[in-house]
Amino acid sequence: MATGTKRQEQGEAAEQSAQAAPELVVKDGLTGPEAPANGREFGGDGRQNALKKYVDEEQLARGLGWFSIGLGLAELLAPRGVAKVAGMRGNTGLIRLFGLREIASGIAIFAGGRRPAGPVWSRVVGDALDLACLGAAYATPENDKARLTFATANVLAVTALDVLCARQLGADPDGAQTERGNVPVNKSIVVNASAEEVYQYWRDLENLPRFMRYLESVKVTGEGRSHWVAKAPGGSVEWDAEITEDRPNQSISWRSLEGSEVETSGTVRFEPATGGRGTVIHVKLDYNPPAGVVGALVAKLFGEDPDAQMQIDLRRFKQIVEVGEIVVSDGTLTGEGYTEQRPAQPLGVGLGAAAGQLQK
Amino acid sequence: MRANCWYGKKDVRVEQVPDPKILNKRDAIVKITSTAICGSDLHLYNGFIPTMQAGDIMGHEFMGEIVEVGPEVHDRKVGDRVVVSFPISCGKCFFCEQELFSLCENTNPNAWMAEKLFGHSPCGIYGYSHLTGGYAGGQSEYARVPFADVGTLKIPEGLDDEQVLFLSDIFPTGYMGAEMCNIQPGDTVAVWGCGPVGQFAMASAYLLGAERVIGIDRFPERLKMAREGAKADTINYEEANVYETLMELTGGRGPDACIDAVGLEAHGAGAHGFEYIYDRTKQALMMETGRPIALREAIMACRNGGTVSVIGVYGGFIDKFPMGSFMNRSLTMRTGQCHVQRYWKKLLGHIKDGDIDPSFVITHRMKLDDAAHGFDIFNNKEDDCIKVVLKP
Repeated sequence: MATGTKRQEQGEAAEQSAQAAPELVVKDGLTGPEAPANGREFGGDGRQNALKKYVDEEQLARGLGWFSIGLGLAELLAPRGVAKVAGMRGNTGLIRLFGLREIASGIAIFAGGRRPAGPVWSRVVGDALDLACLGAAYATPENDKARLTFATANVLAVTALDVLCARQLGADPDGAQTERGNVPVNKSIVVNASAEEVYQYWRDLENLPRFMRYLESVKVTGEGRSHWVAKAPGGSVEWDAEITEDRPNQSISWRSLEGSEVETSGTVRFEPATGGRGTVIHVKLDYNPPAGVVGALVAKLFGEDPDAQMQIDLRRFKQIVEVGEIVVSDGTLTGEGYTEQRPAQPLGVGLGAAAGQLQK
Repeated sequence: MRANCWYGKKDVRVEQVPDPKILNKRDAIVKITSTAICGSDLHLYNGFIPTMQAGDIMGHEFMGEIVEVGPEVHDRKVGDRVVVSFPISCGKCFFCEQELFSLCENTNPNAWMAEKLFGHSPCGIYGYSHLTGGYAGGQSEYARVPFADVGTLKIPEGLDDEQVLFLSDIFPTGYMGAEMCNIQPGDTVAVWGCGPVGQFAMASAYLLGAERVIGIDRFPERLKMAREGAKADTINYEEANVYETLMELTGGRGPDACIDAVGLEAHGAGAHGFEYIYDRTKQALMMETGRPIALREAIMACRNGGTVSVIGVYGGFIDKFPMGSFMNRSLTMRTGQCHVQRYWKKLLGHIKDGDIDPSFVITHRMKLDDAAHGFDIFNNKEDDCIKVVLKP
């Protein structure tokens, strides 16, 4: 196959270049063209800290999961014992059923991912059933009222814990970022082009709105200075920025000027990919929106998942460099936002204008 | 124009929709002369592929005449008669450069969706859910073909539509299934599924030098086509134990390579009846998205050190993958959506030379307007339906 030949050629080329470089560096027992002294550690960009406050209810959920399974097993295997502790002359069949329900809740909590809000709410429903049952048990004279009260108090305490846990689990953990007033974005992509080519494209900041969907325009206003306009549903935000560092073919950094409505900074780095496979582009953005209307607009710009949106924008950049324009399909053409889809049909007359705009 | 649109589970309708337009500079518009229903369209029809939207135009096997080209189309012109490849590929990215066209990095505008499900995104595909881009499909009168220089194959005079239409998908897909088996002289290749892709996998295994090819299915008309069209031996899994029959045929060693041309909607019989009910139940409960009965059997049957080649479509997650068998016996698995553009010139050569006439799989020809009927009989295997070709 053609591919076989092509890959063989690549393989041979690689062998030849290896032969052409006879001086291998030998360091710490590693042999290679540029064996590094030690590997580097990656991951951990401070984001973990932002999520830390949520670890508590996640641990609590697991605790409740084990509690469910433990109590469920006791109810299933020793219904008489459970009835006695609760002060009831019990219907063992019903207690066994409740045991199954507890076990199911417990399993659902462990199967429900990191933040199993739904399964914990199912525990709340179960607690209500337990309470109803205990309430009914007061009506039977043979039951031990003291023990019933003790059991009811316990169930009420667990119910409170369940409600608290479920509510916290239901809260959006990404909300922490807007609460802290900071929107960090950190993404990378490989582009099949030289660092020089991609640097040149980025260095003309007026190109950025072509692939960054949240930007309406960037105008270069003077030496290293620029005026940025970002659009959001229901308004737009503007600020002035300056380039703070410019290392040709390696990196560009910029930040908003003092006193801007929006405090923002960004860095893009261009790094040769391994094996001459193009250039890796790393983008780091920070937005520190002020309070009030503008802040809300900036938060809207990035939605719930700023990293994912930047990944989409970088893919659009890659398309511009590799194939000359942004590739569109019938289904994504006029979708507002990043997730909205229209049926995969050609555009009608009324929507034709949108297609025309895209071609510009 | 008229197009066959998806509206829900087992609900497709031919509707009036707007004509396609050039949207990117390397697009062409093709006036479709023949289009087909693919077995993988049935996965959409039965609702197993997520992210379909009501109104989506279906179809990824089509051919026709170019009636309009964008300003950056250089090697095709109006009037060219072409077959369109189902993968949409840019020809410029890392993967296209390696001829891994179905992995193109630039043609899925909804790559973020696929990344959520698959970790990484494959290429865009016509009429195959929004997960693969939300491109309008080719069961219609006209279609927009992005990257026309890469995604169309010019057809020479003297070959009719039915001989070349399947270069769009199922012939190269079957061929790739066999090629991935790294067939050596003397090899025995077993193919699960005698649908159209399975037929081409069997025929291709012979083209690539296999000595013996065995097809496995349960429908007599498909097994007959395998024997007469693809010249394979056959096993009806409702009448015989597949594993034992394969061992009997290979002296207990197992086939050198096994091809899964079934995918996520496998059925089972006999000992696999329980397995089918188990998987069907889990599938219905959304606890797995595929019923990998054929795949499990292919792994268990394959000889030590052999190759399992998967060209049947899977959409998400499967259960009870026999990893112990796979690891301890040094098996190799190779898979993929077909890199059509890498194979189609060579296969066109085989058709021109008379080595194979792919039209042997066609059982039904009908008007585009009858697409819903075509889906119905194809899905229910009624009227011995194996392959439906639609004429707009």
